[in-house]
Amino acid sequence: MARGRPACSPVNTPQLAENFLQALTAGLLTGALYGLMCVGLSLIFGVMRVINFAQGDFMMLGMYVAYYTFSRFAAHAGFGAEAGPYIAALIAGPAIFVAGLIVHKFLVSKVTGIRGSTLESEGHYAQLILTLGVALIFQNGGLYVFGSAPVSIATALSSSAWDVGPLYGDAIEIFVNQGQAVAAVVAVAVVMGFVLLMGRSRLGKSLRAAADNPEAAIYMGIDVDRAHRLAFGFGVAITAIGGGLLASGGPFQPYVGLEYVIVMYAGVVLGGLGSVSGAFFGGLTIGLVQQLSTLFLPNQLQNSAIFVVFLIIILLRPQGLFGTATRRT
Amino acid sequence: MLEPSVRRQSMQIVSFGVAYAVATAFTHNTYYQLIMAVVPVWAVMGLAWNVLSGYSGLVSFGHAAFFGLGAYCVALAQIGWGLSPWLGIPCAGVVGALAGLVIGVPTFRLRGHYFALAMLAYPLALLYVFEWLGYQELALPMQRQAPVAYMQFDDHRIYALLAVALMIGTMGLTGWIERSRFGMSLLAIKQDEAAAEAAGIKTMAWKLKAITLSGAIAGAIGGLYAVILLVVTPPAVFGMLVSAQALIVAMFGGVGTLWGPVIGAVVLVPLGELLHAELGDVVPGIQGVVFGVAIVAVILLAPEGVVWKIKDLMLRREARRVAAQPRAQPPAAEPRSAAVAERPVRRKHRDASVVLETRNVSKAFGGLRAVRDVSIKVVSGEILGIIGPNGAGKTTLFNLLNGFILPDRGQILLEGRDIVGRRPYEICAAGVGRTFQVVKPFRRMTVVENVIVGAYVHAASDHDARGVAQEALVQAGLDADAQLLAGRLPNKQLRLLELARALAGKPKVLLLDETLAGLGGAEVDEMIAVVRRLAAKGVTTVIIEHTMQAMVRLVDRFVVLNDGAVLAEGQPADVTRDPAVIDAYLGKRWRVANA
Repeated sequence: MARGRPACSPVNTPQLAENFLQALTAGLLTGALYGLMCVGLSLIFGVMRVINFAQGDFMMLGMYVAYYTFSRFAAHAGFGAEAGPYIAALIAGPAIFVAGLIVHKFLVSKVTGIRGSTLESEGHYAQLILTLGVALIFQNGGLYVFGSAPVSIATALSSSAWDVGPLYGDAIEIFVNQGQAVAAVVAVAVVMGFVLLMGRSRLGKSLRAAADNPEAAIYMGIDVDRAHRLAFGFGVAITAIGGGLLASGGPFQPYVGLEYVIVMYAGVVLGGLGSVSGAFFGGLTIGLVQQLSTLFLPNQLQNSAIFVVFLIIILLRPQGLFGTATRRT
Repeated sequence: MLEPSVRRQSMQIVSFGVAYAVATAFTHNTYYQLIMAVVPVWAVMGLAWNVLSGYSGLVSFGHAAFFGLGAYCVALAQIGWGLSPWLGIPCAGVVGALAGLVIGVPTFRLRGHYFALAMLAYPLALLYVFEWLGYQELALPMQRQAPVAYMQFDDHRIYALLAVALMIGTMGLTGWIERSRFGMSLLAIKQDEAAAEAAGIKTMAWKLKAITLSGAIAGAIGGLYAVILLVVTPPAVFGMLVSAQALIVAMFGGVGTLWGPVIGAVVLVPLGELLHAELGDVVPGIQGVVFGVAIVAVILLAPEGVVWKIKDLMLRREARRVAAQPRAQPPAAEPRSAAVAERPVRRKHRDASVVLETRNVSKAFGGLRAVRDVSIKVVSGEILGIIGPNGAGKTTLFNLLNGFILPDRGQILLEGRDIVGRRPYEICAAGVGRTFQVVKPFRRMTVVENVIVGAYVHAASDHDARGVAQEALVQAGLDADAQLLAGRLPNKQLRLLELARALAGKPKVLLLDETLAGLGGAEVDEMIAVVRRLAAKGVTTVIIEHTMQAMVRLVDRFVVLNDGAVLAEGQPADVTRDPAVIDAYLGKRWRVANA
């Protein structure tokens, strides 16, 4: 069952190069957003050692917050149609931060931290399943609240492109979607701001201390429970901003989060656990893989490509991923 | 010739099946008939998940992979080759089993979080592949001439009966797993994989068997699901909700129990369906919300499901009742004072053959040379004490001896044969038993079950294992506590439990890692008495300790480790007078006190 590209087209080097550069550009732009989302997840995993299954659904909430903010307020509040979507995406941050604090306080904190350590296998079991429950509630509740029809933030920028080239005579011409480019710049700015915050501020230090050794951090007077709560809040908020930026890229519906859970975990695992900048570059790589895979795989298999890459990453580097803990006696 | 408990369980399963079938027969509304057919489907799916994740503790978020492959197997085989589902469903089981094996081999290298996430990726990748293949919607062709031969019935109740039959079969299978070496080994792996491996359990082999069986069940029921719904779409069989639903019914009812997944399915599936039917127009997604709320509530209120919650409540009541009665004092094995006063009997080694030997074994962790050129011999029948300060490399040496870690250099010989590079369970089977510095009991199993797990390595049958375990319990002086849950034991009993578990593997040499740690004075004496009694019966023992006092009374010979290397060895009396040992380890106070 041969499908896809015609098998025997004559080799056309400039065409191939153009396709490659176009996919590379798209990969970098999408990858920057993935990187931002991965940073959020990495913060939660790094500080709390918790797999948040609902991360993609917090992202989905961020998309809808950005969507409603933009369509109800931002467009009329003088931000204009150009800056509006990005301001709306940034507003999704604090909104989802609050949602994250609430979910942590009433649900996640019951199975993590000191309480989690009394449960079977340190509560990992309970954490995975609890956040799966939260994910199901958000997804399906979202159907009721937001409706199942896909929506998107239509902007002037997202339908216009910068034209790079012609290069190489006039054989190569690359289009850079303006909306995606601005979103990528905003994403990188948010990541850099967050890295500065983690490195310089007192908050960042206490989060890192809580991540490094929760027990020692408690003895040093750090409120680890508060650190976890803040990490969870910041983590989902950062991912939500990523979602908000992604919202102007194409239509989405309440089930959108699931696919991104894998994208995010692939990026975080690739970048090295707990490393914020690593997570960004991990996410960037996943974006590149996704876009470059379109060069030789049919479009429908883009996501399969990500999953396969994800499987290869965690299967080939297991020792680096869960350390020596399993052999400690 | 079934044991009474087995007969009772079989009766319960069959009665439930018959009751369900009767209830189905009296259901006339076709929509309810469909629900009656779908409930056992999800019960079986939950049971399939339970076989792997419930017993072994490796949480799978990807059982939709097996389910979907089974469903597509039946649909494609009927469409392509006209194969009847009567044959297609068994084929779906085979496909599921193969998928389990193929997925299990690489994925079992992962643990915990990573295993769960990797499992999630399989069905999602398959979902897109099947869409790309053009199978967005497959309808099973109607067979008007021979509907029965193609498992097509106008009466939905027949589907329900088929599903119930599969459910009864799966429950019977689960019951057998629970009782046998299979289930016990999986439970041991769930609670402490390292301890299970050291006790001789072939962890990888059992996990592969579990995922293969689990995949087979999920594949077969996926096939039946395709027949019931007549239409197969990738999201419906590979989607996240399929994996989630398997996990949720099992979690809700009770992880790692026979009835848990069934209870979960019977409660949650109709609830979700009926709410969907009543309110689906007004509140789309209500089914998913109900499942989400159900597992959130279960995790917060009864983290291991309804069945365990009830069991725990019953156990607590039982414990209160037992506590109210005065407990018979176990007969003291020997007068305590005598045990303390008496010096160890110096056994003349009839055949002073070397059981275990290391030759120039070294191990470094990065820059830290934890074990350096250690050459020791353990002679048959002796008690060898390995002492040294914290960080001297004692536990690392044990981990090298039983195969947890590989030496960088050197040989380890068990009765003259090099065992370097063999897996811990092989080394256990070859005759090295061990205990752990931080005790590693299987906490949710009873004392006797813990020891039975240790006995499997040389036992021909489950019955045989029971006998060996009983013997080991008596030797360790734990037979009075045989039926207690290991998680409820105090420290001394836990140490004895590990000792008994190691003994049950009939070791040629027993490695005891700080068995005296954390014990009070009288308990130390008791433990010494037990170890000495075993030695008198010819059990060769190596014991680690960092306190010298108790060891002087116990061992025949000392090896002193310092900074990973052998500092001294010899008779207790000589070693304690060795100036190098005193300087490095015992300190000036010892010299003054013993001058």
